[in-house]
Amino acid sequence: MSAPILEMKQIVKEFPGVKALKNVSFTVMEGEVHCLVGENGAGKSTLMKVLSGVYPYGNYGGQIFLNGQEQKFSGVRDSEKAGIGIIYQELALVPELSVYENIFIGNEIQRNGIVDWNETIRRADEVMRRVGLNINPATKVKDLSVGKQQLVEIAKALSREVRLLILDEPTSALNEVESENLLNLIRDLKRVGVTSILISHKLKEVLDIADRITVLRDGETICTLNPRTEEVTERILIKHMVGRELDSVFPPAVSKPRDEVLLEVKNWTAYDPGLGRTILKDISFYVRRGEIVGIAGLMGAGRTELALSLFGNPYGYQIQGEMIFKGKKQRFTHPHQAIREGLAYVTEDRKAKGLILIQDIRQNITIANLQALAKGGVIDANAEVALANRYHASLNIKAPSVEQIVGNLSGGNQQKVSIAKWLFVEPSLLILDDPTRGIDVGAKYEIHSIMRNLVAEGMSIIMISSELPEVLGMSDRVYVLSSGRITGELSAEEATQEKIMELATN
Amino acid sequence: MTFLKNLTTIMRQNVREYGMYIALLIIMAIFSVTTNGLFISSRNLSNLLNQTGYIAVLAVGMTLVIVIRHIDLSVGFLAGFLGAVAAIALVFWHWPVVVVIPFVLILGALAGTLTALPVAELKVPAFVASLAGWLIYRGALLLATNRTGTIIIPNEAYNKIGNGYIPDLPEALRLIPDFHNLTILLGVLGFILFAWNDINSRRKKKEYGFDVLPLEIFILKLVFISVLIMGVTWVLAGYNGLSWTVVIVLLVVGVYHFITTQTVLGRHIYAMGGNPEAAELSGINTKRITIIVFASMGMLSALSGILFSSRLQSATTTAGTLFELDAIAAAYVGGVSAAGGVGKVMGSLIGALVMTSLTSGMNLMNTDISLQYVVRGAVLLIAVIFDVVTRSRRG
Repeated sequence: MSAPILEMKQIVKEFPGVKALKNVSFTVMEGEVHCLVGENGAGKSTLMKVLSGVYPYGNYGGQIFLNGQEQKFSGVRDSEKAGIGIIYQELALVPELSVYENIFIGNEIQRNGIVDWNETIRRADEVMRRVGLNINPATKVKDLSVGKQQLVEIAKALSREVRLLILDEPTSALNEVESENLLNLIRDLKRVGVTSILISHKLKEVLDIADRITVLRDGETICTLNPRTEEVTERILIKHMVGRELDSVFPPAVSKPRDEVLLEVKNWTAYDPGLGRTILKDISFYVRRGEIVGIAGLMGAGRTELALSLFGNPYGYQIQGEMIFKGKKQRFTHPHQAIREGLAYVTEDRKAKGLILIQDIRQNITIANLQALAKGGVIDANAEVALANRYHASLNIKAPSVEQIVGNLSGGNQQKVSIAKWLFVEPSLLILDDPTRGIDVGAKYEIHSIMRNLVAEGMSIIMISSELPEVLGMSDRVYVLSSGRITGELSAEEATQEKIMELATN
Repeated sequence: MTFLKNLTTIMRQNVREYGMYIALLIIMAIFSVTTNGLFISSRNLSNLLNQTGYIAVLAVGMTLVIVIRHIDLSVGFLAGFLGAVAAIALVFWHWPVVVVIPFVLILGALAGTLTALPVAELKVPAFVASLAGWLIYRGALLLATNRTGTIIIPNEAYNKIGNGYIPDLPEALRLIPDFHNLTILLGVLGFILFAWNDINSRRKKKEYGFDVLPLEIFILKLVFISVLIMGVTWVLAGYNGLSWTVVIVLLVVGVYHFITTQTVLGRHIYAMGGNPEAAELSGINTKRITIIVFASMGMLSALSGILFSSRLQSATTTAGTLFELDAIAAAYVGGVSAAGGVGKVMGSLIGALVMTSLTSGMNLMNTDISLQYVVRGAVLLIAVIFDVVTRSRRG
């Protein structure tokens, strides 16, 4: 057996309020393809960011050894110099530049600051041939398919004489043929001595390509498996990925869903012209009054896109299918129509898309329904403060007053403000997109209790969640999304972490 | 000692806002000393306010444009061009003033809408869209004044807008000789209105059990504002009284202050500036807001054009040159932030006053024009640096 090329020892990484990595150890052998698997939030991407110097030395705990030498990267440039190349899910290419310019960006072939374009093109051509990219190097990147763009990224890494290639979910946006080609390329590179770390949710391809597999869960290394020497199946992997004790406590249900169906969606298909692909395929589901419907699925499965396509379609997807809301056929073309009809959407990205961080709690709570506080367009300032104070108290938002700037609140309290804002529009259906992401346990419990109270009052909730215990603990029914399709519907009784994970990685 | 403690906390919390007023007072004090009181004379201050008028109304509109993260470079020549249109309508078409003014204001709003359409619908950067407007209106201005050159406006009523003063009370009712009595009366009324409104809102807030300023601070604030209002009133009343320009500027600032602080529209504008995506997802039609803000900017450009042409009693071929940059500078000195969502209409008025005070004071000191530009540039830079530093320290 060869020597380890990479050893990461006792890596610890904390973010304000969250311990993303608690003691992860991870060893990669020279010349192997090593797969890293785990649920959303298990810490895979964070670990790779530690490795590539995105989080510089001193920002995390533990040690990194490359070929036995301890490394203290202070930035991505250092890790690149050491021969580490990382390719992210969101490609880091400049769309308006040509393929050869992209390959040598930041690493230009130059003398005294003057670029040698002929040499650049020659070398680009060479490295493109290695990854099987048979196109004109002068093609602009924006004119390539995602699969080919992926290859450009790999070519870029190879041009820097990378010895350890990290691919973060490279096949999530690729079709079958493209995926297969990419996996073959990884095998080819292995033959010429390039070691790869592959992060993937697609367990089938993991089993297909991996020499060894490491499972992460909740910021810890669970195990490293070797499919060559022991039996490894998808089922075994899933068991390790989700095998936690269900010790989180959820408030018990205080009401039952009613029979009346509030929302029914039939054969819902959405095409994103920006991405140039279909993001939702033939989705059908329903929500009853007073019901919490969980939507599970991995990152990129189309969960948020589904919510937004129903909620006034702000990003202009081309939609086919039928939506029946409160017994009426509807197709909202702007969020304000959806809001008017009683649909509300609490975004997963509260800082970028939910809240106005420079404004105070009061202004954030009332912004979606100011008309209700105004006469002739003039806001009743005192009624507004009174209303904000009411939510401040009822949702237990921890801040001295409603004049507090929202940007200074903790994640949990920001989320409460976000929810208060949407409760104030008095919706019949509330879509919560990852409502407890990145917030502490206490605030989580409070938000779950709020949800219970709301459905008891007859509101319906669609809860999109990345956390399986939350899906299991809160939902009356669960739909599982995978690659833009609903791959299963489970009742609360039949849903287990394993079953959901199986459907999600389908 | 709670009083002093309260005072310092409140001053520290609002350092940016109060800092601007203090800066204006300091600048005025310095010039009063260096010009042996000439600067603070009734005549000079009255002129200064009239000179500020056509920039101040632009700065008010520009505040909102910058708040929603855009910019409008076309306003200077649009003002110049619409001033020429007003002159032509008066002189060549013989339209009455009461028709010309609304006509030009509507034209301005339309022009603003035209600038906004590519910005709102096609996401063309406002810098480019309004730069195109800058060129077009400059051409339009030259075209309009091509045949005649400068158009002299002989209309007395129109010229009063930029040069005239409100009439005084009839002789019999004047209590204070040698002063403009109506101006003093209006000043007193203005202060009473302000104080009554403030006391009322404080009482109402207390009824709801909300936090209010401590009583001593509240009284101090009232005293400070009464001194300010009465001081300005006294100075103006010592010359010709309130000018029509000042009346117009006060009306514009009042209306915009009300819209931005009390209405749904105002809140939507600031929400969009603070986070456009969150605003859109909150059901705010951001395209509509963009069009409204630019249309208002166009209308205020028209008003600026009217004020300027009336003040010069003519429409010239270069009217409006660089007004847009003066307005932008005034807005920034007044505390708007290019990051969006921050900036007050009152602040921009003060910013405009700071910039004109600098010009006026240095003119009185016979400062060389080249040095004047350097000083104004430095003040703009210092104001913005102060802004960024105080903001980041808080955030």
